[in-house]
Amino acid sequence: MSEQQLFQYALRLGDDALTLGHRLSEWCSNGPYLEEDIALTNIALDHIGRARMLLAYAAQVEDAGRDEDQLAYLRDCREYRNLLICELPRGDFGDTIARHFLVDAFNVPFFGALARSTDKTLAGIAAKAVKESRYHLRHSSGWLVRLGDGTEESHARVEAGLARVWGYSGELFSMDELETGLAAAGVAVDRETLRERWNQTVDQVLAEAGLERPADDWQIDGGRRGDHTEHLGYLLAELQFMQRAYPGLQW
Amino acid sequence: MVASTEAAAEQARPEDPEAARVWDLLAAVTDPEIPVLTIADLGVLRGVIRDGEQWVVTITPTYSGCPAMNAIEADVRARLDECGIAARVETTYDPPWTTDWLSEAGRAKLKAYGIAPPVEASTSKRSLLGVEPDVTCPQCDSTETRKLSEFGSTACKALYMCQSCQQPFDYFKCL
Repeated sequence: MSEQQLFQYALRLGDDALTLGHRLSEWCSNGPYLEEDIALTNIALDHIGRARMLLAYAAQVEDAGRDEDQLAYLRDCREYRNLLICELPRGDFGDTIARHFLVDAFNVPFFGALARSTDKTLAGIAAKAVKESRYHLRHSSGWLVRLGDGTEESHARVEAGLARVWGYSGELFSMDELETGLAAAGVAVDRETLRERWNQTVDQVLAEAGLERPADDWQIDGGRRGDHTEHLGYLLAELQFMQRAYPGLQW
Repeated sequence: MVASTEAAAEQARPEDPEAARVWDLLAAVTDPEIPVLTIADLGVLRGVIRDGEQWVVTITPTYSGCPAMNAIEADVRARLDECGIAARVETTYDPPWTTDWLSEAGRAKLKAYGIAPPVEASTSKRSLLGVEPDVTCPQCDSTETRKLSEFGSTACKALYMCQSCQQPFDYFKCL
């Protein structure tokens, strides 16, 4: 395993957390009611906190004089390595819940497995993250059931949200040369092995919510190669504006 | 659980008298969001060891995104400078923070402050399975309470409501 590979892996996980956390933070002051507004932004903070730890580690491994802020604020779309599902617009509350449910159901076993990584830093970050993700999953699956099993309107909205995001969920499990190599070295998680547990969680909660599992008729990937949706540019425009307009600004 | 909590808090305080002196100075630093708790009560202060001419102070965040960490680090720094102690402050994530590290004194202070302390050990079966704990109202000690939101005023707390005294309150979640 080279330092460059470890850098790339930490960068990927950091970018996942950063883009997902940023999307969730857009709910701040826009939540459906006060308590839920606070819940969504609290979860956003967990993701952004992970992003900071992971990107700081990536910067340390890279050892090229960059820090976590430079990685977050000074890379353009094609240099971002997050999964596409993390960058999709927040949409309505149904979209947000559908996306987070699919990701949380993945993150619980993922961070559980990463906590056993031979890389001590990644293992430490993951051991912390998995405890938080259990709360996130309780939150998103609770809402999925309330919306799915709620009114005609809430059912239709969350069903549509699920259909929109479903085709991006396959990328959660996609492995490439980098991750396969790192998994063989005991550093990374073999995503393929998590599919069964994810399916179980998803099917169980969908059944409770009275929602149909969407068909696997289309799947898209590309985030790990830097091929993003058109949405990431707008996300970065907001995220990076201050550092682009006033380079080096601190407050 | 009580015994293990005290043991955990005791374990972190160094045996070396000089290190223990630095520890005791820093143990008085309070959490900016729950000012009745010190960082020693919380288990955020993890260790004080000597590294050559310097001390190394280790702290750990409660939650990954805990915004209080920057303030805590700055307060620790300020306290060290004020006492003329040469030290650097390091943040560790391993082992991950758990509510089991809250000291008994910390739990009592939380309750007196109006925040229900965590009910069970983080490793208890109910906690791991996500079964709702029976949370007691810190105001009137009623057990007739219900959860309003998994996430309260900070990431480490959930929002509850007491059915008996009709008051909302924060519950410090098991983690």
